[in-house]
Amino acid sequence: MILIFGLFLLSLLVITAVAIVRTKDLFVAVMLTSIFSLLMAANFFILDAADVALTEAAVGAGVTTVIFLCALALTGDREKPREGGRGLALGTVGVLALLIIYATFDKPRLGDPDAPVHQHIAPWYIEKTTEYMDFPNVVTAILSSFRGYDTLGEVFVVFAACIGVLFILGVSPPRKLLRVKDSSNGLRHHLIPQVVGRLLIPFIVLFGLYTQFHGEYGPGGGFQAGAIIATGVILYALLEGEDNALRAIPRGVLLGMVVGGALLFGGVGIVCMLMGGAFLDYSVLAADPVWGQQLGILIIEAGVGMAVCGALLAIFHAFAARERMS
Amino acid sequence: MYVVVSVAILVTMVLALVRALKGPTVYDRVLAVNVFGTKTVLLLAVIAFLYGRPDFLDLALAYALINMVGILAVLEFFQNRSQRTPKGEDD
Amino acid sequence: MIDIVLDVLSWILILLGSACVLIGGIGGLRLPNFYTRIHAASLTDTMATILIFVGMMLQAGFTLATLKLFAIMLFLLLTGPTATYALANAALLSGLKPDAVTDSDKPKENTPE
Repeated sequence: MILIFGLFLLSLLVITAVAIVRTKDLFVAVMLTSIFSLLMAANFFILDAADVALTEAAVGAGVTTVIFLCALALTGDREKPREGGRGLALGTVGVLALLIIYATFDKPRLGDPDAPVHQHIAPWYIEKTTEYMDFPNVVTAILSSFRGYDTLGEVFVVFAACIGVLFILGVSPPRKLLRVKDSSNGLRHHLIPQVVGRLLIPFIVLFGLYTQFHGEYGPGGGFQAGAIIATGVILYALLEGEDNALRAIPRGVLLGMVVGGALLFGGVGIVCMLMGGAFLDYSVLAADPVWGQQLGILIIEAGVGMAVCGALLAIFHAFAARERMS
Repeated sequence: MYVVVSVAILVTMVLALVRALKGPTVYDRVLAVNVFGTKTVLLLAVIAFLYGRPDFLDLALAYALINMVGILAVLEFFQNRSQRTPKGEDD
Repeated sequence: MIDIVLDVLSWILILLGSACVLIGGIGGLRLPNFYTRIHAASLTDTMATILIFVGMMLQAGFTLATLKLFAIMLFLLLTGPTATYALANAALLSGLKPDAVTDSDKPKENTPE
């Protein structure tokens, strides 16, 4: 039954992907990309990977669509007509696809209990999570503690991406800013979205904080929480204007959050070294090693959440400020 | 029982996708994305019950909140676009 | 006795909800104009949400899951009509006229009315 659902969703994915490639209007492509992200989130959910599904829904269908639209507002929105054929590209992709499909013939079946990964790695993680950390969500344990180096690298990648975009677009717009045109058709002059939006923003931020701190017991964690809180602030910026959103959370604070999040993560690792353990070995942070692990994971998830939220909001404001100038 | 609901929701998602691919105006496609989003929330909630794991309802809650923000952002930017270049329908 | 009644009631509600979902999907494809399609999509969305979620809440009893389901239902009820309003407003303000003859599926000339 789950197999049939999964196959059905995957075939919808292929149809959407073909439609994205073939359309010439980029706005339609962005809409279809949003549908693509939703289908991926449903797929991950059916395969029982709840944390990944939450991240994909929050980041892919929410913030990424908004940022693509900001980019479209700055550039044109039709694809340039291409001359020349695509034979070489099609041939390369086809050969690689056939190679990859051939390589999957050796893969064990999905959910096979005799697969090598279920013999020694998976049972080890499941036992040791209860022994070292004493909370139920094994995914968070692997992400933050057993494979902490990978997550450290991810936070620094988010940081580098934010810096890259800010280099290209500029941190703050230059002095000769034109008078902000008061678009009389914008959302800020309609009553119903204003009322409902003001009701929802505190709940979105509250739910983001719930996801952040509940990451050890259910699907959640820093990445998802950062994306959800960023969505709440973006809703505020849509309803009240980017100026008010910048007055609420200024650019300095956003950059401080990005830098502070990355430094917090690295700082916890160094504190662990200073207290006698290895880098990112949280058991030495407190007298009781289990509480030490939980404390370490709490702090680094906070760092990840701050970094992701700050990066997404900084990129959004960079795009929106450029659009206001043009 | 939940299987019947899941099948119905999946069929409606296909119909919404067809509307997104076919829709003559841009607004048809935005409507299709909105319908797709709400149906995804319903599907996530129903499958969470089908699996017997009520803590997966957090995903449906997150997505219900994020769906509206996406649609409002689309409309805001589309209004700015139509203010700059007067354009009615597209292909 | 009471749980059989609850079971049957939640069955009925959930099946009605899935019927609403299907009707909305078919309406979104077959109706001729954008503004009529909005009617199909938004009305059936809200009705199906209420029916399916109340059905699931009756199944869940008095647990945390019922509270979460209630919260999801509340948020969908708040945000669905808002998105519909914003969409219809945007379409009207950028010039799409609510006229039944402007779309590709044109109604026939002499419909038996």
